Amino acid sequence: MTDGWHLVIGLEVHCELRTETKLFCGCRNMFGDEPNTNVCPVCLGLPGSLPVLNQRAVELAMAIGTALHCDIRPSTFHRKNYFYPDQAKDYQISQYDEPINVDGWLELPDGFRVRIERAHMEEDTGKTTHAGASGRIHGADYSLVDYNRSGVPLVEIVSAPDLRDAAQARAYATELRAILVASGASDGKMEEGSMRVDANVSVRRSPDAPFGTRCEIKNLNSVRSLGRAIEYEAERQITLLEAGEAVEQQTRHWDETAGRTETLRSKEEAYDYRYFREPDLVPVVPDPEWKAAVADTLGLMPAQRRARLTELLGQGTDAVDGRRDQVATVVDLGLDDLVVEAAAAGVPVTLALARTANEAATDAEAARRLDLGAYVALLTMEAAGSLSATQSKAVLGELLAAGGGDPAVIARAKGFEAMSTDSLTATVAEAVAAEPDAWARYRDGEDKLAQVFVGRVMKATRGQANGKAVVAELQRLRG
Amino acid sequence: MTDGPARITRDEVAHVARLARLHLTDAELELFTGQLAVILDHAADVATLDLEGVAPTAHAMAVTNVLRSDTPRPGLDRDEVLAAAPDVEDHRFRVPKLLGEAP
Ligand SMILES: [Zn+2]
Repeated sequence: MTDGWHLVIGLEVHCELRTETKLFCGCRNMFGDEPNTNVCPVCLGLPGSLPVLNQRAVELAMAIGTALHCDIRPSTFHRKNYFYPDQAKDYQISQYDEPINVDGWLELPDGFRVRIERAHMEEDTGKTTHAGASGRIHGADYSLVDYNRSGVPLVEIVSAPDLRDAAQARAYATELRAILVASGASDGKMEEGSMRVDANVSVRRSPDAPFGTRCEIKNLNSVRSLGRAIEYEAERQITLLEAGEAVEQQTRHWDETAGRTETLRSKEEAYDYRYFREPDLVPVVPDPEWKAAVADTLGLMPAQRRARLTELLGQGTDAVDGRRDQVATVVDLGLDDLVVEAAAAGVPVTLALARTANEAATDAEAARRLDLGAYVALLTMEAAGSLSATQSKAVLGELLAAGGGDPAVIARAKGFEAMSTDSLTATVAEAVAAEPDAWARYRDGEDKLAQVFVGRVMKATRGQANGKAVVAELQRLRG
Repeated sequence: MTDGPARITRDEVAHVARLARLHLTDAELELFTGQLAVILDHAADVATLDLEGVAPTAHAMAVTNVLRSDTPRPGLDRDEVLAAAPDVEDHRFRVPKLLGEAP
């Protein structure tokens, strides 16, 4: 379908900052609280109230700018005027022509650099719920508004139109989210709306042709939706152009269930926001000392974190190549410290990486809160053969659910005891006797057939045996 | 005062009034077009000055970095807040149905 066409994609990402309070008032910045319990005269836009800027929010915005290699500049705030009940004062305070961060870049894991045009501060709006049969705007009888989110600090990160396909756009969103999490600026939760992505998409006949007319797609609630929406939108535009029609500049809404984009508004209906300088706020002018202090608090970025794991895995390219996905997973989820700590305590890196990427990652939030000492103790028991892989995973499940604990105590409570040597020897002997052909071939050097016996032993012991101990016993029998 | 072309047209005033959701009568439009033109003329006087090398003023006070610490402060009582709303449902402000999504 896209044969002979080239995509041009730019992304605008809004992220909510991890502050205690809102951008211009002391109300709590807390997702999921009871409606309208975190509100005050400032964020309700009551007459006579005045905004005062949150220092922590400025510093997190600077941290994002630093992580994205931006120039951090003196900046000002404007009022963006529009009438919509998602904000009570009929304007949103946003940075306009003098944003705090400009001209940066983000490097994708494959080395491709995406230019960042700006990353500016603004306040979030309240949450509207459309009441009525459909739950959507069309067909709603009225709407309900909760202002808890009104005034929550946001940073909007605008990329240059440097992305060329859906996969690259997904890689950008994934890497940006990992950077936002690593810098401590945001929790990056797309499902809770703390990271929201809009995509500008256009198509052209050749990579050197001028850009085509673009459409902006909103309502992308996951990295997967982002990829699907871009692919759908590119095909829609190509179909139009190949039929001799023109693409109209529009804002479009992604419908995840229907798998298509729909017109929200055309360029003619574009808003006239009458931006003007916010008279109640003064400029923010970070001096070099302040910028340096913020840069000092910045932890390791995802690229550095991946490099750290790769180094631990060692120089063998086989060891690294086969585990690139595991490395990416633990870094994206912010779980790489678990691997590093376990490795430092003597747990084999490959084991620590596998348990973290495959098991701990299934509940990343719990894993980030997990007591490091308990995790290291568990992996040490598994590495020593006191617990089988299956047993170790079961104990890990309990640790994650409880946030910590003593893995040895949990293992005993579950009745996990290392199999006695005698009992293991007997079970392996039974497995060997049951598979005479496989045994003959294994004895002749077909090492991979060890799996046949390991499988039998595991089945006989319901996964309680230690796979490595079984192989050791097989090798002893083979002589 | 300058004598050049009108600083602002009646149509522009009508447009701005519509954006601000103000309903002006014909007489009011006439009146405000004249008044706004005088204000714009006054601002235009500044343009006749030699401002080479003068940095734009960001704010009437030469102050920067007015910040507060990220410390929560109690807000308003919800019942009190919602008592001031024209209509309420489920502890939320109930508003007429919206035409179109947020800008
Ligand atoms: Zn407030």
